[in-house]
Amino acid sequence: MTAATAMQPAEGRPIIKVSGLRVEFQTDDGMVAGVKDVSFEIQPGETLCVVGESGSGKSVTSLSILRLIEFGGGRIAAGSLEFARGSGEVIDLAKAEPDVMQGIRGNEIGMIFQEPMTSLNPVFTIERQLTDGLKRHRGLTGEDARGRALELLREVRIPEPERRLTQYPHELSGGMRQRIVIAMAMACRPRLLIADEPTTALDVTIQAEILGLIDRLKRENGMAVLFITHDMAVVAQMADRVVVMYRGDVVEEGPVRDIFEQPREAYTKALLAAVPKLGEMRDKPAPEPMRILGDETLRAAAPPPAICTRREPLLTVKNLTTRFPVKGGLMRRTVANVHAVEDVSFQLAKGATLSLVGESGCGKSTCGRSILRLVEAESGEIQLDGWNVRGLSRLDLRHARRDMQMVFQDPFASLNPYRRLLDQVAEPLVNFGLASGSELHDRVAHLFDRVELPRSFLRRFPHELSGGQRQRVAIARALAPNPKLIVADESVSALDVSVQAQVLNLLMELQADLGLSFLFISHDMAVVERVSHNVAVMYLGRIVEIGPRAAVFENPRHAYTRSLLDAVPIADPARRRPHDDRSFRPLSSPIFPVGAPVEPSSYDEVAPGHFVLRPLAAA
Amino acid sequence: MKRFLTPQGVIGFTLIVIIVAIGIFAPLIIPPDMATKMKMTMRLKPPSMGYPFGTDQLGRDIFFRVLLGAHTSLGIAGAAVAISVLIGLPLGIISGYARGAVDNVLMRIVDTLLSFPALLLALTISAMLGPSIPNTIIAIGIAFTPFLARIIRGEALRVSAMPYVEAARAAGTNDAAMIWRHILPNVLPLVIVQATISLAFAILAEAGLSFLGLGTQPPNSSWGLMIQASRDYLDVAPWTALAPGAAVALTVLALNMFGDVLRDVLDPRAQ
Repeated sequence: MTAATAMQPAEGRPIIKVSGLRVEFQTDDGMVAGVKDVSFEIQPGETLCVVGESGSGKSVTSLSILRLIEFGGGRIAAGSLEFARGSGEVIDLAKAEPDVMQGIRGNEIGMIFQEPMTSLNPVFTIERQLTDGLKRHRGLTGEDARGRALELLREVRIPEPERRLTQYPHELSGGMRQRIVIAMAMACRPRLLIADEPTTALDVTIQAEILGLIDRLKRENGMAVLFITHDMAVVAQMADRVVVMYRGDVVEEGPVRDIFEQPREAYTKALLAAVPKLGEMRDKPAPEPMRILGDETLRAAAPPPAICTRREPLLTVKNLTTRFPVKGGLMRRTVANVHAVEDVSFQLAKGATLSLVGESGCGKSTCGRSILRLVEAESGEIQLDGWNVRGLSRLDLRHARRDMQMVFQDPFASLNPYRRLLDQVAEPLVNFGLASGSELHDRVAHLFDRVELPRSFLRRFPHELSGGQRQRVAIARALAPNPKLIVADESVSALDVSVQAQVLNLLMELQADLGLSFLFISHDMAVVERVSHNVAVMYLGRIVEIGPRAAVFENPRHAYTRSLLDAVPIADPARRRPHDDRSFRPLSSPIFPVGAPVEPSSYDEVAPGHFVLRPLAAA
Repeated sequence: MKRFLTPQGVIGFTLIVIIVAIGIFAPLIIPPDMATKMKMTMRLKPPSMGYPFGTDQLGRDIFFRVLLGAHTSLGIAGAAVAISVLIGLPLGIISGYARGAVDNVLMRIVDTLLSFPALLLALTISAMLGPSIPNTIIAIGIAFTPFLARIIRGEALRVSAMPYVEAARAAGTNDAAMIWRHILPNVLPLVIVQATISLAFAILAEAGLSFLGLGTQPPNSSWGLMIQASRDYLDVAPWTALAPGAAVALTVLALNMFGDVLRDVLDPRAQ
């Protein structure tokens, strides 16, 4: 039995028409609706972006179209998913038989997943993975399949496609892997391409290339694209039309310009307000809090952080170098070194924020962790308010850590699931013997007030809190010993955009009130522009450009800074940047053989306080 | 509490209470000669009103032997697993947390011991120490330690790499507090599950040792001893193996059910 009804294909007929979709999940507490009532349609050659925060049901929607949701314990409870097949018939995917779905998945509907590291099978070659679908759906064999695979690799513009076919996924970079995943999705010329956060795990320059690639493939093939993302900036760059989702429901739907310029619903407005836009801090002397709209944040007009007038340095880092050995061979000897941080120097003033920005692997996290001595640096000097951090004994180091605390990226992993929040926030106070008994309880309660968490949370466990609340706990823990420096390592990257704005505002407010210095490590240029006094751009372990925020953002002098700024998508559909998806950078590696000569970093001062790395002879 | 009140939890817990109660109280209530009294005229009789589980090759009442065997079987297995946890847990945690040279030395020793089958190891130790119940406990306990230490070390290694451990280090937590507050609570759920599984294997190991004359000595009864003794009569009197076998199976099942539920109950995320 099929639910298909033969129809004539017609111009203007949508490729997919979702009506009244409701998806339920069986849980211990009974049925829970992941998606309540979702309807939309996509025309050929159109990109529909479904945008929403975590838990909004956007991924559930995409998995339902492929009927993959059943493998995750979900069930389509109501609604229809009318899909116009290549043959011209229209079929309701919600009622299609499993074998019909198998003929559609990977054939007429292609899917790109978020994580290029895990959506490729590590034990098969690229050729095997690419030709799999071709053999099944197109009946190609041997040389034909190989030829088509090569064609696909050229189409997604992978250099040296012949060689790639024989390689395994681990031999390729993240961006290259995502291109392979896209090639696989494109293998059978799908009519509908579903991309679920395809660039979230990628660096911003690679993101720009991948977005350009998806856009070009859409135009060349006339596909419909269902693009799922949490990132309003990506929406602005990619979408023709937008569906905004919130808690399983469609909040608003419309052409991309209307959504961005005249949002009707309060939720859409709040979502857009919370997105920092690169370039909007032009001509502003100091960091500003994020705009927050919405009911729960009426006190959002947080006081702007004090302009940094005091110029005494709190933290001085000189020639910091951290390397990790690469072991190999039978005797597990060090065969090479990863130069994670190479000859990095900077100063951070009291009450100021210095941001370290760069792409994954540039050494920004290692730099922060070296300063706290969570990893040991190889050489260099770290002065923190009188402490010579690198020269401290283990005992002194524990005391010095009172002055420097850290807030980590993942609020789900940085709290011990088995301890009550009270005990976790109290931990530094107990360790340093700063408080005990009822005083301890009072101080922790005050810290909870400070980060705007209800005191009733004191007795709770981490899993009972949302991501943003957990990050507040982590901030409270960092604040507990009254530190002077807080290293915030991607502390808002894992949060939804509205929550991110609230946490950023909290951090800025704390800075204004307590005179904290922040070393703010981030890959998000728009956030960095918002919060920083000074910015250092890192690339391959070195600072390539450092200076006041305005100088670095408005007058970038190093080529890498420029390419980074160019690649950032802007949350404004009127400012679309056409990206050439061919702009391959040579793969640079921070791995050097043992004893390789390393040049010191030397800088030109292009403006007062604005330094640019001189080109290295070796590079 | 809600988690505990699942059918699985209630059944597992009830069974364990009953089995443990039998283990503790049966020797106090049942006169010992009920299980050791031989009646040659009643050899290998099938289950009946007078002998609900039948009789064995010496005409002894299997029903009472199973009830009294619980004491020996559970006692030896429980004590042996306790020993292996007591040694294996600190070993595994130190190894996984300290890494480096300490880990290398400890784990090479553990690997060497692991390369012998646990039963062979227990046999060797037991033979060296001589047959007695305390020696059996020590033998099984030591034999089960390497496996447990290896598993705990892996988990400790994983937990040590978690960001909350690094966060605690940044907050000035010293090594002892780190292990006590952060590593141990996160390793414990795995230990509980492993211990309940090990308990089942320990009951079987005791049976093996008893069979070879190194475990429980007749006329005392243990489930393992009974199963092994029934070997020669399986074709004519299968009930001689059935009752003690069912007792072992039921205990293992109850332990597994209880272990699973206990792990969930102890996990704050599941409340």
